[in-house]
Amino acid sequence: MPDLPRESLKVANVGLEFFSENIETAGGSAIHVDWKPPGDGDADTARALAALINNPIVEAANEVAFDRYHSANPVVDSIGRARDDIPGMDGRTILHAGAPVAWKDMCGPMKGAILGATVYEGWAQTLAEAEKMAENGEITFDSCHHRNAVGPMAGIISPSMPVWKVTNTEHGNIAYCTLNEGLGKVLRFGANSEEVLKRLNWMEKVLAPTLASALDNTGPIELKPLIAQALQMGDEVHNRNAAASSLLLKKLIIGALESDAAQNDIKSMASFIAGNDHFFLNLSMPACKCMLDAAHGVAGSSMVTAMARNGVMFGVRVSGLPDMWFTSPAPVVDGLFFPGYSRDDAAADIGDSAITETAGLGGFAMAASPAIVQFVGGSPADALAQSLAMRHITIGANSQFTLPSLDFAPSAAGIDIRKVVDTGILPTVNTGIAHKQAGVGQIGAGITSAPLDCFLQAVEPLHNSISGNS
Amino acid sequence: MLKKFIVKKNHYSDSVALMKLSAEIESAPGILQATAIMSTPANIEIAAAAGLVDEGLQARPTDLLVAVCADNEKAAEEALELAQGRLNNSASRGVAASQSRKMRPKSIQMGFAEQPDLNFALISCPGEFAAAEAEKALNFGLHTMIFSDNVSIADELRLKQLALEKDLFMMGPDCGTAIISGVPLGFANAVNKGNVGVVAASGTGLQQVTSLISQGGGGISHALGTGGRDLSTDIGGISMCQGIEALAADKNTEIIVIISKPPSEEVAEKVVATAEKTGKPTFICFLGAEKGTGKGELVYAASLAETAEKVLGKLALGARTPASNNGSPPDLKDFRDEQEFIRGVYSGGTFCYEAQIILRDALGPVWSSTPLDKSYKLADSMMIREHTVIDLGDDEFTHGRPHPMIDHRSRHERILQEAEDPTTALILFDIVLGYGANPDPAADMCASIKEAREVAGRDNRQLIFVGFVCGTDHDPQNLREQIQILEQMDVIIEEHNAAASYRAASIAKSLKEVRFGKPDGRD
Repeated sequence: MPDLPRESLKVANVGLEFFSENIETAGGSAIHVDWKPPGDGDADTARALAALINNPIVEAANEVAFDRYHSANPVVDSIGRARDDIPGMDGRTILHAGAPVAWKDMCGPMKGAILGATVYEGWAQTLAEAEKMAENGEITFDSCHHRNAVGPMAGIISPSMPVWKVTNTEHGNIAYCTLNEGLGKVLRFGANSEEVLKRLNWMEKVLAPTLASALDNTGPIELKPLIAQALQMGDEVHNRNAAASSLLLKKLIIGALESDAAQNDIKSMASFIAGNDHFFLNLSMPACKCMLDAAHGVAGSSMVTAMARNGVMFGVRVSGLPDMWFTSPAPVVDGLFFPGYSRDDAAADIGDSAITETAGLGGFAMAASPAIVQFVGGSPADALAQSLAMRHITIGANSQFTLPSLDFAPSAAGIDIRKVVDTGILPTVNTGIAHKQAGVGQIGAGITSAPLDCFLQAVEPLHNSISGNS
Repeated sequence: MLKKFIVKKNHYSDSVALMKLSAEIESAPGILQATAIMSTPANIEIAAAAGLVDEGLQARPTDLLVAVCADNEKAAEEALELAQGRLNNSASRGVAASQSRKMRPKSIQMGFAEQPDLNFALISCPGEFAAAEAEKALNFGLHTMIFSDNVSIADELRLKQLALEKDLFMMGPDCGTAIISGVPLGFANAVNKGNVGVVAASGTGLQQVTSLISQGGGGISHALGTGGRDLSTDIGGISMCQGIEALAADKNTEIIVIISKPPSEEVAEKVVATAEKTGKPTFICFLGAEKGTGKGELVYAASLAETAEKVLGKLALGARTPASNNGSPPDLKDFRDEQEFIRGVYSGGTFCYEAQIILRDALGPVWSSTPLDKSYKLADSMMIREHTVIDLGDDEFTHGRPHPMIDHRSRHERILQEAEDPTTALILFDIVLGYGANPDPAADMCASIKEAREVAGRDNRQLIFVGFVCGTDHDPQNLREQIQILEQMDVIIEEHNAAASYRAASIAKSLKEVRFGKPDGRD
């Protein structure tokens, strides 16, 4: 038998707003819910969602998944080579950002980067030859995410490329990412000129070995404390990595100087990193991947373990549905453009770097990095509001990543598909903007949000997965 | 003196924050000394030198160490607990910074962020989403009321079973009104607080009985709605029985009132059996039903007004709002021969139902779009035929139009339609006050009456208006003021629906007598 509330009524009002007003007028307490039909107006999705909300199976699974994410300890311990370290990278295999996509469907920058990588690998002498190979199906493509890897923008990883190897010492899983090439004309934005390939070669032949010997001397570098410190210094480690790159360089330079590396190589390594404020991005990404892969594959969990864009589709992976991608057309990013470029030149949102948001960094940690909101003409107050809004769509918050301007509040982390669909609040993503034509490179940076549709699609499969239907 | 410490693995915090934390723990009762540090070898050495930890403590530089020296075990534990709390903290941080840019909750779950003590959900979103919202509310442990209609009976049953499992109320769907601890939910009247608890499967029935009790000097502890289908055989009176049991257990409730259209025998038995066990005086109104039998302190009443009267009798209260002047007696000789019929234009479904019972018993068949007997269902609801009583609040009329309790337009049109009809003698109406209702329904009704009289006057016909106002002196519209407005129009205003219906029936009979003499022919 239900108890009639002994205390006063505290009402959640869903629907007609004047009912709230009446309750308040009569001395009661009511909160009016700013309600919209969840599931984008689809009643079946709304029903499946209702069955998942506060569902004990999902709650328990999320606790496990979130704890695995939270307790993961990503450590960079060495530089490897894609061919040797990433599983299944023999032969002509090229990995790309986002969900799997066929050559013919790829966007300009991704195609450009693949052609560049094909020439870099020596599989073709010219870009034209490379294009024929790709068209003829002579190259195997796969998603970085399928191979424990992540890549910014086009996210291209070819077998000869050196890769950071980041190990989760808590759970043992590993994540890989290439070394960051810097800004301007770079492969990840689809540029593939002589200059780009030359730099890739230098990175392979000089930078990677120098970094490797530096790491030998520093020993494994724990990435979470470094990220946590960078957040106190104005980075959100997606679109702003200035502090983290400096902190990393501080460690590497000592390691390199203590090694047998040639003085000139150390000098070029140091000046390369010093000249590239985004150098740390390619470590923050695999660190996040490492943490989230630990949380992937927990049956019943509604936690998002990856958000990634292949330049055509925005893709989402969910812990409890480990073999699936939920995709929706990638949005064009709203942002600031370099002189001479505009929104009309922009490629759709691209890259695996939204893994940082998935891990509670990037746009979720915007309050740490008010500089970033300026990309969309926002104020520091907008940055705080953004970080606070994200709390409403996450399972928890990461007490290791704190936000100074929010009174050192932990950053919202562990996106919950249920909450995204129920509230309609979309995960915010900070990102660079590529030119839609291959080879031009970066033309701006800005802020966008993940499309609701990706999260909607996951609701019914997750519901089926816990109710024994399929 | 004793030493105690905790290590938070892999937990970075900057030194300023840690110094602040150290100072806070150190000022806790019984703490002699405290520190919070990252466990670098250098920091551990300092802590060991201060005697806070033993040398050689095993921790990594990325671990956070909190160590205390305390008078006693309890103080040490409390201080470390405080430190844990600060470190795990905290979703509440930063809220101050956000106050100026508060986001309105977008889901029931988000509502908890603003009000962690939520205990009730009122759902009035479109019907196709109402069951889903109610399911969420119940799963968060909230008593739930669904005001929305268009929820399937299968969903209603499923939700009510879920509510039973969780010991929660699930009122509705299509539950228009409730009052819990004085708080009006949906459409409800501002009634006195008191010791009478009501459970009703009828919204306007609940409003009529609670208003009459309140106007008579009694008061309401809680008035629970169940939704109109609760006493169907499909649902079996789940909410009704829950409500009766809850009122039986409620300390503030001394008298229980049950209101419904007559349920099936099986459900009636179940409800009566539950009512017999309350040990409290219980009044049952199965509208228009023959008096039932029941053990214990059960009392039956046939109409809403009778129910209220009996309750007031039990409370030893008789004084009620006096019926008003009743208008000047109509001169029936001036009516045309074809002016024979009563036309009811209701906004309350239960009032319409009750009026049909009273008119049928007094005059014979009554036509309606929601008839008592299917053979008197109007083929087309826009039709008028002999005695006709319409509920303009029924789904059929409210599809895409506001409810007549909120917006008078649909009734205005119907009243003019009745006025055009040469067979209309009397227009019977209800006016429902309360939270959520039209802010001045009497004024709107007066405008309709004036225009209707003009329409009939062009044809040299007169019209009689008989009505009542359901509400209280505390309602936002104020019962007395509303009655006064209507009285200025020379309208017969009775105290309640039953009285208005009897009055209408008696006038219709008199009209017949004026024309054809007394029925026994002795005139």
